[in-house]
Amino acid sequence: MATETTRNQAGVEVRMENLSRRYGPVIALNQLNLTMAPGELVALLGPSGCGKTTALRLVAGLEESDGGRVVFGGKDVTGLPASKRDVGMVFQAYSLFPHMTAMQNVAFGLTLRHKTADERRRRAGEMLELVGLSGFADRYASQLSGGQQQRVALARALAIEPTVLLLDEPLSALDAKVRSRLRDEIRRVQLEIGITTLFVTHDQEEALAIADRVGVMQSGHLEQLGPPTEIYARPATPFVAEFVGLTNRLPGDVKNGTVEVRGTRLPLVQPDAPQGPAIALVRPEAVSLSTDGATSDGPLVGTVIAVAFLGATSRVTVDLGDLTVIAQMPTSTAASTPAGTRVRLDLRSDPVLIAREEKDSVDA
Amino acid sequence: MTAAGSPALDTAARPTRGGRLSLSWLGVAPFFVYVGVFLLLPTAIIVIGSLTGPGGGVSLANFAGIDKPFMLKALSLSLSVSAVSAVAGACFGALLAYAVVTGNPNGMLRRSIMSASGVLAQFGGVALAFAFIATISTVGFVTVFLKDHGIDIYPNGVWLYDAPGITLIYVYFQIPLMVLVFLPALDGIRPQWREATESLGGSTWHYWRYVAGPLLAPAFLGCTLLLFANAFSAYATISALLTNGGSYVPLQVQALLTSETEQSQPGLAQALALSMILIVVIVMTLYALLQRRTTRWLR
Amino acid sequence: MNRSRRLKLRIFRTVVLLLMGAFFLVPIGAMLEFSTRGNSVTSPRTLEAWVQIAQTPGLVKGIVTSLQLAVITSLGMLALLLPTMVWVRLRLPQISRIVEFICLLPLTVPAIALVVGLKPLYIWININVTPSVLALAFAYLILVLPYSYRSLDAGLAAIDLKTLSEAARSLGAGWGTVMWRIVIPNMPSAILNAMLLSVALVLGEYTVANLLNFQNLQVEVAYVGLVNAGTSIAVAVGALLLAFVLLMVLTLVGGRLQQQNYVPGQRA
Repeated sequence: MATETTRNQAGVEVRMENLSRRYGPVIALNQLNLTMAPGELVALLGPSGCGKTTALRLVAGLEESDGGRVVFGGKDVTGLPASKRDVGMVFQAYSLFPHMTAMQNVAFGLTLRHKTADERRRRAGEMLELVGLSGFADRYASQLSGGQQQRVALARALAIEPTVLLLDEPLSALDAKVRSRLRDEIRRVQLEIGITTLFVTHDQEEALAIADRVGVMQSGHLEQLGPPTEIYARPATPFVAEFVGLTNRLPGDVKNGTVEVRGTRLPLVQPDAPQGPAIALVRPEAVSLSTDGATSDGPLVGTVIAVAFLGATSRVTVDLGDLTVIAQMPTSTAASTPAGTRVRLDLRSDPVLIAREEKDSVDA
Repeated sequence: MTAAGSPALDTAARPTRGGRLSLSWLGVAPFFVYVGVFLLLPTAIIVIGSLTGPGGGVSLANFAGIDKPFMLKALSLSLSVSAVSAVAGACFGALLAYAVVTGNPNGMLRRSIMSASGVLAQFGGVALAFAFIATISTVGFVTVFLKDHGIDIYPNGVWLYDAPGITLIYVYFQIPLMVLVFLPALDGIRPQWREATESLGGSTWHYWRYVAGPLLAPAFLGCTLLLFANAFSAYATISALLTNGGSYVPLQVQALLTSETEQSQPGLAQALALSMILIVVIVMTLYALLQRRTTRWLR
Repeated sequence: MNRSRRLKLRIFRTVVLLLMGAFFLVPIGAMLEFSTRGNSVTSPRTLEAWVQIAQTPGLVKGIVTSLQLAVITSLGMLALLLPTMVWVRLRLPQISRIVEFICLLPLTVPAIALVVGLKPLYIWININVTPSVLALAFAYLILVLPYSYRSLDAGLAAIDLKTLSEAARSLGAGWGTVMWRIVIPNMPSAILNAMLLSVALVLGEYTVANLLNFQNLQVEVAYVGLVNAGTSIAVAVGALLLAFVLLMVLTLVGGRLQQQNYVPGQRA
């Protein structure tokens, strides 16, 4: 969830209009339309092959589109190569030039712009301080950790005061602990400078944590675009529901605008869904457990087979005989239903999404 | 050491001590014995032989034999042919390597060029001498073909057996060798560096001048040195080509090994051999240092 | 990469590959042409020179000798080098630098110089061990050390030797079993590569054989070249093409072996 910090509105609007790209018979990007407000951080989220990296590279100008336009603050940059677009880019791996020190890396863009040595040193020093690496100016890439390298890469991208900041899965190659710390760093820097930013990732936790808006993509198009809370709580399509966060798939029957799942009637997100058998997508947080009434058999009665301790919350897996359901709750609550307990499930009456086909679960 | 009794501990890589010491070293004894006899012993023979004077004591008298006009001519000719063929081979080889590495890494083109390079670089020698006899000797295919079209490539006499011809033949195996040793460095250049340069506003020229050039320079220089050492040491081609002997250091070594006077004066051959070794060792040491830089950046 | 750059790259590649291709194929073609010439300029193409190969006893003997040497050298190289390298990696990692240095040492000693020191040694071998030409294998093993070492080293680095051997030993395997059934089957392309490089080097070796007065393939080819250029050139180009085919087979087989070793991960 994006922290509510005051923003510097110095950024520029970035618009992608009907962007398309194909590689032979494969359509990597299909008429993407996305407008980024000045200073906004938009995360493109999706599995590999969904087109998010393609979209980023088209905005960067590293590849040419097969159709559509890219507009920076009203100026059409579609025909311009990357070197003329004034973008700052951070890559997933091999970001830094190995034969240059951190300082030289950061100052590189300035060298290309023929700044004097003093200007370069001053500006590069500023940027290194911004990312918290002032003392590391003379280190080479091989002497820096993965997280440090990415921070230098960020400083390098920002040193040239670009119009747009583009990040291509910058955290994917890092350790988990470093990842969460660094993503907050990136967000802090981005807010401080107020630059419009496009952040590509396949990690939904990352996207939800730092973005102003998240765009979930699949097979070259945008499934849903909205603030993280909306993406999570009100997924627009089954794909989004299953890609973002965990979902239980519970067989049920659609009748008169509600779906009946094992004896419980749940309201629908799309009340006009066609009648008949369907799969209801229920979030683990919407499932609660109770031990009374669990002695008799019932459609929602089962046995706890596993409790996964995740820190503040715990995930409890319940076996209903023909189906396994996952419930998520505060750890203190989960303590009362250890493995082996007979429990009764309660489904909160939030509107649910319906999926039709019995397809395999999405690879996150 | 094996207090726990677990056999798995046997293979742990710890410093050996006590009774274990002799057993572990026994394992590598065959290797060291073999190398000692067939590599270190001959080298010792050369070193000792060249430093043993006619009277039997340590002396540099043998090296005086190098300070003769025909020897010095051979030395300068070998050095110059090696240098020219190394530089030419390095430049063209680098271009060819670049053309290969920008293609499909698993494609047939790359495979066949690498295989052909392996063959030509290693296997050269005699076959190459004959290849060029077949191509540009006075009855060679190209010579005859061009003559039929009015072009005489030997207006001032046949140069195939002189320095220009030898240099050309050497270039023929220097280029494949360059492709073999330089390609890994080119492979180490990441596309992200090019894209980063572009996004920071750099053009192709900027990329080569600030990024790819400096990154590849140590590798290029090192490989050129390797090519030089390779040409300097080459014997087979000139032996097969210049059947009446010639003014090159390897041929001088051959002459000394087979001459009558040498039998009573073995020191000169060894002195010459040692000189060759020293030159190559210096060049290869520089190569190794440059390689270290290269692998640090371009692994 | 944008379109104009892709086009420029394509032009560059085409030009370079065409020019280089011509430069390298012309002499090969010339060799084929020379070896198929008739008696006079106007007589038709003939394979006479090629047929002569089988009829020149020296050449046949040279081919056989070199093939024998190639086999002995490559097998000897494996028998000496592979156990040593495995042993060093597992038991004596502190001397791995020394072993590497020694294995790469032959690169710094020109064959023509080394043979000066080998000559007295081989005089002794000739009298006390064997006068056979196959004694050349002793020297050849040294010559192939650098290339074999690099190839085997890359292969050993790619497999987790320590874990595999510990697992095998804890299950009761002796060292022989470990080498034969664990190490070797897990690095097929590296071993194949090392062997083929050794074979190529031995088949193409001339310097040491010549100066030690042995007759191997290349020495015979050079000798016959003085007498019958056509046949000699036929052997030379034949050997080159054969070696090329062998190396191509290696890259294709090696690639296939690489794929076989790959086990797709289990999807959760």
